[in-house]
Amino acid sequence: MEKMVNFKINGIPVSVPEGTTVLEAARTLNIKIPTLCYLKGINEIGACRMCLVEIKGSKALQPSCVYPAAEGIEVLTNSERVRKTRKKNLELILSDHKRECTTCIRSENCELQKMSKELGLEEVTITGERSGHKVEVNTAIVRDESKCIFCKRCISVCNKVQSLGALAAANRGFKAIAQPIFGKSLEEVNCIQCGQCVINCPVGALYEKDDTEKALSFIDDPELYTVAVTAPAVRAALAEEFGYPIGTDATGKMVTAGKMLGFDKVFDVNFAADLTIMEEGTELIGRIKNGGTLPMITSCSPGWINYCEKNYPGQLANLSTCKSPQGMIGALVKTHFAQMNNIDPKKIRVVSIMPCTAKKTEIVRPQLSNNGMQDIDVVLTTREYARIIKGAGIDFKNIPDSAFDEYYDEGTGAAVIFGATGGVMEAALRTAIEVITGEVSDKVDYPQVRGVEGIKEFEVTAGGLTLKACVAHGGANIRKVMDEVKAGTSPYHFIEIMACPGGCVNGGGQPIVDAQTKAVIDIRAERAKVLYNRDANNPLRKSHDNPSIKRIYEEFLTEPNSHKSHELLHTHYEAKPKYK
Amino acid sequence: MSKQDTITNFDAVKEIVATYRDMPGCLMTILQKTQDEYGYLPFEIQDAIAEELGIPTSEVYGVATFYSQFSLVKKGDYLISVCLGTACYVKNSQLILDRLALELGIEIGATTEDYKFTLEPTRCLGCCGLAPVMTINDDVYGGIVPNDIPDILAKY
Repeated sequence: MEKMVNFKINGIPVSVPEGTTVLEAARTLNIKIPTLCYLKGINEIGACRMCLVEIKGSKALQPSCVYPAAEGIEVLTNSERVRKTRKKNLELILSDHKRECTTCIRSENCELQKMSKELGLEEVTITGERSGHKVEVNTAIVRDESKCIFCKRCISVCNKVQSLGALAAANRGFKAIAQPIFGKSLEEVNCIQCGQCVINCPVGALYEKDDTEKALSFIDDPELYTVAVTAPAVRAALAEEFGYPIGTDATGKMVTAGKMLGFDKVFDVNFAADLTIMEEGTELIGRIKNGGTLPMITSCSPGWINYCEKNYPGQLANLSTCKSPQGMIGALVKTHFAQMNNIDPKKIRVVSIMPCTAKKTEIVRPQLSNNGMQDIDVVLTTREYARIIKGAGIDFKNIPDSAFDEYYDEGTGAAVIFGATGGVMEAALRTAIEVITGEVSDKVDYPQVRGVEGIKEFEVTAGGLTLKACVAHGGANIRKVMDEVKAGTSPYHFIEIMACPGGCVNGGGQPIVDAQTKAVIDIRAERAKVLYNRDANNPLRKSHDNPSIKRIYEEFLTEPNSHKSHELLHTHYEAKPKYK
Repeated sequence: MSKQDTITNFDAVKEIVATYRDMPGCLMTILQKTQDEYGYLPFEIQDAIAEELGIPTSEVYGVATFYSQFSLVKKGDYLISVCLGTACYVKNSQLILDRLALELGIEIGATTEDYKFTLEPTRCLGCCGLAPVMTINDDVYGGIVPNDIPDILAKY
């Protein structure tokens, strides 16, 4: 049995397992101690000095995020001394922060702004020189040093969770700042633009490059035919931007809002997820039967593709040649859909709504253009989509649900789970096993590949073939799995890799949840539940059962991995240097 | 190899890392020894250290930019340090520094084009009795006036 320690917080007795911090112990008493740099399990460094508490008998105030609970101590979380010190520390942080809340992208969802209000700070009396000024715009991510409060959350996430090390804790004292090394931009270092830094930044120092005006300009132009396509994970989180609880399904309203915004069609990327299973599943079986490069690794996650090109350039042949579902649907809208509906593809603009920042880097890859046209014209993150909905005055809470437009409408249950880690694997198994055995299988659920465990292994035997598979998500887990692939010791046939921890539901483009909420709720699991519920309630659970998929092969693509498929739905990769 | 060239020989880095890698907190020592060897810590050296240690380059960079003893840019063969501590300052060491900048034709903190001299102000050197004081590598010059500078520089 674990050892318990007994002590008092604000005079209230509390008993917690040894090793618990005072911050966590206070939470069990429903006392919230303010934090800025704290990110549970990832960044617990006592740097911001906002969580200071008084320990009776101890001379200095102590940071509760790193102060272990000890037998018999008496903690005060709200004494006059604590309040005064926290306020002064907050003032010091604010004195070096560009305080332009009304025009800041994080206004109303900023941990610093919220704290000023909660601590009742009335005035910032400290003025003077500020340390950071540089604003760096990358393809997907903007870094604004004038807002950085040097909490180091981005550095820890990038280093420990993603194993990238794109951001450094550079310089010292007043000039200390989180930035890429040697004054380079994120694009010039080992950054994959996954946006994990963005969703863990407490303020507006890191954010997505805003493409909302570009998307709206397409809608405004009467000459253009605009198509919105929505990724699986967006529906699992979009509602949060409108005040709904984490884990609310927003599918119907998401579609209605798209139509109200003026898109000519709202299609579902899930259709292309089903298509991915057909193409990727066929590719996998082909590689196993014909001695192709194994393990084959999924290619849906653009953050992962960037990761592989920069960190494992020798393993690019292991990647599936399939474009991501986003790439596939873009290519099809401008060929198949355009042909069938007599629309000039040059006049079509595809706006892709994604849970992801890295998708913005995917669409500008030259391999994802056809006849000089990008498959996808602009990517909006879930957050940007929410902003244009709000900007258009659409009353999201009160609008009805609608269904996706026909042609590329909602896919099967296998497609919607693409948004959670293990989802692509599960979807692939549902189809691959039936293709290998030639028989319809009753088995649709593979709980072994679900959940947030970092690396999940799985083995299945079908038709005399034993398939060894693995699911990895988050850069540090990816590195473990990929080092084996690099060393030639990987035992698997098939690996699903998603750059973000938890998969797309926790993508860098998703609604931003503050650190204290994330300390008690696993948003990855809550959002994934939305997808697994939709899967369970979908009468079609297997990609190959999707009637739209059957139709597109009949009328356009012929068969999986056909010449036409390769031309439109497959791609290639290139080695890229970590540092430019 | 001319002095401005990108470093391509990392044998010394490998040797230094191999010697100290098992020591707790080895990065500081490795950076010091590497700087002794190469004179400074440019990107390619830091990247090589990171590669050898199996840590991100950003971590090496964080340490290298935290301590003022490390330089990311190449310095001259002779490092001129002029003390701006209180005792030296009241004895007009700023004028010494300004004269050096004038004679060398460089800004304070910069290096001459031929990489012969780097000019830096420094904190108290601990020999206030000699104020104003400057050092050129290991040579100490005390009680100097600006007009001494041309003759002193001529020795190097």
